[in-house]
Amino acid sequence: MPADQLPALDLRGLWRRFGQKVAVAGIDLVVPSGSFYGLVGPNGAGKTTTLSMATGLLQPDFGTVLVHGQDLWSHPLEVKRMLGVLPDGVRLFDRLTGEQLITYAGLLHGLDRETVATRAHDLLVALDLDKDAQTLVVEYSAGMTKKVALACAMVHAPRLLVLDEPFEAVDPVSAANIRDILASYVASGGTVIVSSHVMDLVQRMCDHVAVIAGGHVLAAGTVDDVRGEASLEDRFVQLVGGRVSGEGLAWLRTSSG
Amino acid sequence: MVAHLVRLKLTLLRNGLRRSPWQVVGLVVAALYGLFAIVIVVAAMAATSVQVPDIRGLVTVLVGSVLVLGWWVVPLVSFGVDATVDPARFATFTIPRRSLLVGLAIGGVIGIPGIVTAVTALALTGVWWQDLDVVLVALPCGLLGLATCIVGSRATTSAFSNLMGRRRVRELTAAAALIPLILAGPLLSRVSMSGGMPSKEALGQVARVLGWTPLGAAWAVPWEVADGHWAGAAARFGIAVGTLVVLAMVWARALAHALVNPVHESTSTRNRGLGWFGRLPATPLGAVTARTLTYWVRDPRYALAIAIVPLLPVLMLVFGGGSKLLFLGPTAAFLMGWGISSDVAYDGSAFWTHLAAPVTGLTDRLGRVLGASALAVPVVATYAIGSALVTGRPEVVPALLGVSFGVLLTAFGGASIVSALVVFPVQQPGENPFQTRQGASMMAVTSQLLGWGAVLALSAPEAALAFLAITQHEVGVGWAALVVGVLLGGLLLVVGLRVGGRVLERTGTDLLRRILSFA
Repeated sequence: MPADQLPALDLRGLWRRFGQKVAVAGIDLVVPSGSFYGLVGPNGAGKTTTLSMATGLLQPDFGTVLVHGQDLWSHPLEVKRMLGVLPDGVRLFDRLTGEQLITYAGLLHGLDRETVATRAHDLLVALDLDKDAQTLVVEYSAGMTKKVALACAMVHAPRLLVLDEPFEAVDPVSAANIRDILASYVASGGTVIVSSHVMDLVQRMCDHVAVIAGGHVLAAGTVDDVRGEASLEDRFVQLVGGRVSGEGLAWLRTSSG
Repeated sequence: MVAHLVRLKLTLLRNGLRRSPWQVVGLVVAALYGLFAIVIVVAAMAATSVQVPDIRGLVTVLVGSVLVLGWWVVPLVSFGVDATVDPARFATFTIPRRSLLVGLAIGGVIGIPGIVTAVTALALTGVWWQDLDVVLVALPCGLLGLATCIVGSRATTSAFSNLMGRRRVRELTAAAALIPLILAGPLLSRVSMSGGMPSKEALGQVARVLGWTPLGAAWAVPWEVADGHWAGAAARFGIAVGTLVVLAMVWARALAHALVNPVHESTSTRNRGLGWFGRLPATPLGAVTARTLTYWVRDPRYALAIAIVPLLPVLMLVFGGGSKLLFLGPTAAFLMGWGISSDVAYDGSAFWTHLAAPVTGLTDRLGRVLGASALAVPVVATYAIGSALVTGRPEVVPALLGVSFGVLLTAFGGASIVSALVVFPVQQPGENPFQTRQGASMMAVTSQLLGWGAVLALSAPEAALAFLAITQHEVGVGWAALVVGVLLGGLLLVVGLRVGGRVLERTGTDLLRRILSFA
């Protein structure tokens, strides 16, 4: 198979246990090259754990991670060059200014000074951060922090972008800008994986989707295949279950004085 | 409500222990340490209790005052106050403030320092066992003293943390506040040493005065009773109760303020350009170095870790100057070299940036060492050469440089390995420096003691040569110390970087996972 026919990301039998709790129980997932892949699941489904193992931030107990056919955990340095990562729930080196942080990410990936400078400037403008380029990241708002982290993930023009909850706390205008950036990146041959809670967003934005719950993949494929006739949200609830009617909370009625 | 808060504290403690075996190790070491302290205190008090009443009073007031002062001041500078049960978490519950305060105060006794203090307070009461009615007075006064300790520590820390809500202010003040406190101990010991052992009369005077202050009032009441001075006892009891009331009010007000005014950042600092990133080579190694250098300047935790270094010359002079000044270079070298041992812990979860990038462990290690040496090398060289010149012995410069740089290089190497193996909870950037993380201090101590020992043992050759050169006035041996120090230290640094780098590549993800589990 020619290299670009290989899936961008191929997870095979990933397992991860924390103490007694199995967070990821044998996940197989194929993300085709050039796809815009959505990863959805309820809280605690194992999305973050899966994405951490797929990006080299967490060692799997079992299983392999292939990025464009190369094994991440046996060739970490080569594979990490192809990966752009935006993890959720971690800090940044926030005593750097926005510009310094993006520069740092670029230099760590081996870019030269001119390339880093141009790209950092372009990213800051595209993400509407250019006014705050000289402000310390610690003083950014939550949304701005997400955006600068996204810039760090993209500065080395990776072949595969793995973004954990990239739209959380981002304002609607910036979110639309980010969607445009990601869409054109996919159009030019890149691959994007996003995890999200917002089904609507995934249905509109992504072409592929996987539903994860309890550490397993419940369904995966193109968005249309997975949702069938229903909306993605209805299909998701149907797959995951757990809907309860609101009638049990009859006392939660303020008007019944 | 009070019982709920105490139970919450116990549950948190138990769950903390379940989370990591390190917590258990830390607790066991702390418990042994506490037990040791208790044995010493009880033995000392038992010996005191058979002395004449004046001695008993003197000792109880002095010990009690030191205890109270310790609780008020020490959390400000080193350990912080145990924030396992953070009052801010109760902001949304309708708990009467009085219950909250009492519950938090009683919860404050649970823990090694609290238990040691409680036993000490009891022992101070027990000193009066020969006199039943004095014991009856001493018991409530001991409780009062204990409450003064706990409530006082909460009052000082919460009052200060409100004062220091702003990041810049907080960071600068925290660093500045250390200076007089570091100097206080040596200065006091210097003063007391210069006068020889202070006489019993002088101590008695000090104790009498302390008895009238908030520090000693509670402990002085039984003394007055034993002397038959009921009026004096009542007056001191009044002072003690008043102190506790004022402290409780300060704490309550600070708490009320903190609950509705969470720390808010409004200032914005502007910086120009790329700083070190623009000046150092545009490689991963240059980037890591530039980042480390930037953090040494911008992150006060690094500055605090070596805050003692600029004060070393003053300390050495206070401690007698003369030939002791020659220890300046090696001491600074050890402190600054070992300073990078908590680097990964200081990164916190931001360490993922290195894991996600194609950066070798060696690059990570070497970059951090280079960043730290930019500061350490000039300081150590200046100290080593300066101390030789000031003491009028320029011929010992090679020996001093040898031992200083030997220690610096060895410490860099050792710290490179240790920081790849062990992370422990530290204050995260921007966190209140007066809050400490659970288990932080003991875990840090247990893992670091081994490293210190190793560094000292491995730099023994150049240290021995330098000692010989300086004491025997052998200039040739001094040059040998320089050669051995630089060569052996350099070799150990290379080994440390290589081993540390390899270990880091293997343990990096595990370190990140443990850092995340602290949060």
